Amino acid sequence: MTLTIQNTALDLSETSVRDANAALQGAASGDFRLLNPGGKHALACGLQTPMTVSIEGHAGYYCAGMNKTAEVTVTGNAGTGVAENIMSGVVRVKGDASQSVAATGHGGLVVIEGNASARCGISMKGVDIVVGGNVGHMSAFMAQAGNLVVLGDAGEDLGDSIYEARLFVRGKVARLGTDCVKKDMRPEYLAFLANILAKAGMDAKPEEFTRYGSARTLYHFKIDNAGAY
Amino acid sequence: MCGIVGLFLKSPELEPQLGALMTPMLAEMTDRGPDSAGFAIYRSGPAKPTLSCLGPDGFDWSTAVEALKSQTGATVALRTVKDHGLIETTGDLRTARRFLIETFPDITVLGAGDAIEVYKGIGDPAQVAIDFDLAGKTGTHGIAHTRMATESAVTISGSHPFSTGMDTCLVHNGSLSNHNLLRAMLEAKGETLQTENDSEVAAAFLAWRMREGDTLTAALELALKKLDGFFTFTIGTRDGFAVLRDPIACKPAVMAETDDWVAMSSEFRAIAQLPGVDNARIWEPEPGKVYSWGRTAQRAAA
Repeated sequence: MTLTIQNTALDLSETSVRDANAALQGAASGDFRLLNPGGKHALACGLQTPMTVSIEGHAGYYCAGMNKTAEVTVTGNAGTGVAENIMSGVVRVKGDASQSVAATGHGGLVVIEGNASARCGISMKGVDIVVGGNVGHMSAFMAQAGNLVVLGDAGEDLGDSIYEARLFVRGKVARLGTDCVKKDMRPEYLAFLANILAKAGMDAKPEEFTRYGSARTLYHFKIDNAGAY
Repeated sequence: MCGIVGLFLKSPELEPQLGALMTPMLAEMTDRGPDSAGFAIYRSGPAKPTLSCLGPDGFDWSTAVEALKSQTGATVALRTVKDHGLIETTGDLRTARRFLIETFPDITVLGAGDAIEVYKGIGDPAQVAIDFDLAGKTGTHGIAHTRMATESAVTISGSHPFSTGMDTCLVHNGSLSNHNLLRAMLEAKGETLQTENDSEVAAAFLAWRMREGDTLTAALELALKKLDGFFTFTIGTRDGFAVLRDPIACKPAVMAETDDWVAMSSEFRAIAQLPGVDNARIWEPEPGKVYSWGRTAQRAAA
């Protein structure tokens, strides 16, 4: 049985994470608030219905993991792996996020209003990620599809071993990773940026960004290396 | 996996509560390290040169006290807490430490200095805190560790903090790969190590550099070049407190600062209950960057 609950506050100083997640996962829709998160792990995970969840404070690891259709907002910071393997919906962090934002994310939108640390978008498979501040080293490592938009700077080895996925950085890139190269900014990308920046609620001009992507030199075996075998 | 916490008080009014504030921080990190735990406290007030020692069950601490007295001619006093002996002496601490280690192979000198006290135990970190009355400790700063043993046995000697230099100690989340080579080098430089543990080598490396005149920050910057491996370190000195992550930054760390305190932990949840945390500046320390606070600098700035 699924429930529709409106404006429900779940206080994590009284309710266990397991019970709070069960209540959210059992609801068909609704608007929820999670109070006193206190850095607890795995908050608002596995949501599969179109609800809104406001986590009022700081979240621990793997917050809003595997999200589908729900809109989850963290008013503070988020720990490692926020929105990991997101399928759809929106996950927004108003503060900073730790490493591995939206790791392996397949779809949906993840917005980090502050900074994201290392490995943001690692192995992303279709998710759109917008970061208002900087991203740390090895961001978009082995990225396969989707878009990473960074309004600040990117750390070392951006897009290392990237397959596809589009990376847009407004600030400096400390160092590009292996097989990640600067690419031309074309009108369709400017239009895409204008649209996603508006969706993310970010104030930035599309033409200020530089596009990076795969040089595609790691796709195929180099015959020059045949002698190594 | 291991858990680290550290708390450096900027406000003297909080000093009576140091241990009470650290106890829930340590307990919150139990999930990250349920095998053993340890903590170091830096007392406030005048210097009270003390060696914090660990002995086997039933160890007759009076033999160590008498031997130290006759060897050094200094005044020696003893108090015991469970399997720990805290030996106060007016003699040179570095000499006393080496004498105890060489003369009594059964005891481990966990730390020595004018302000530091170190305690360690196996099992539930919350119980270790109770056994050694962490909640009742007062002081200026402290660091603590919960250990999940990965590369060596669950023994008290494998527990953190590690300390080889006076009033200097270190807790470590991670592992070092070049510790055997460094241990030989440090022993040749005059550091006395007591375990095969990689983290003790990191502590000894910093102790050696600071004995040579480096500041804590300079010693940590050299450590970044010389230590090969994964680490989040938190380090205490008599007047200072520092945090360093290796450049790969696989091991987590969160920091928070208010006008009254600076805290670090492996995870935010250990900091979440500190007073005034809602208005704290909270951030993730950047890879390969030294973060340090000093009491002298703090006083100078005030």
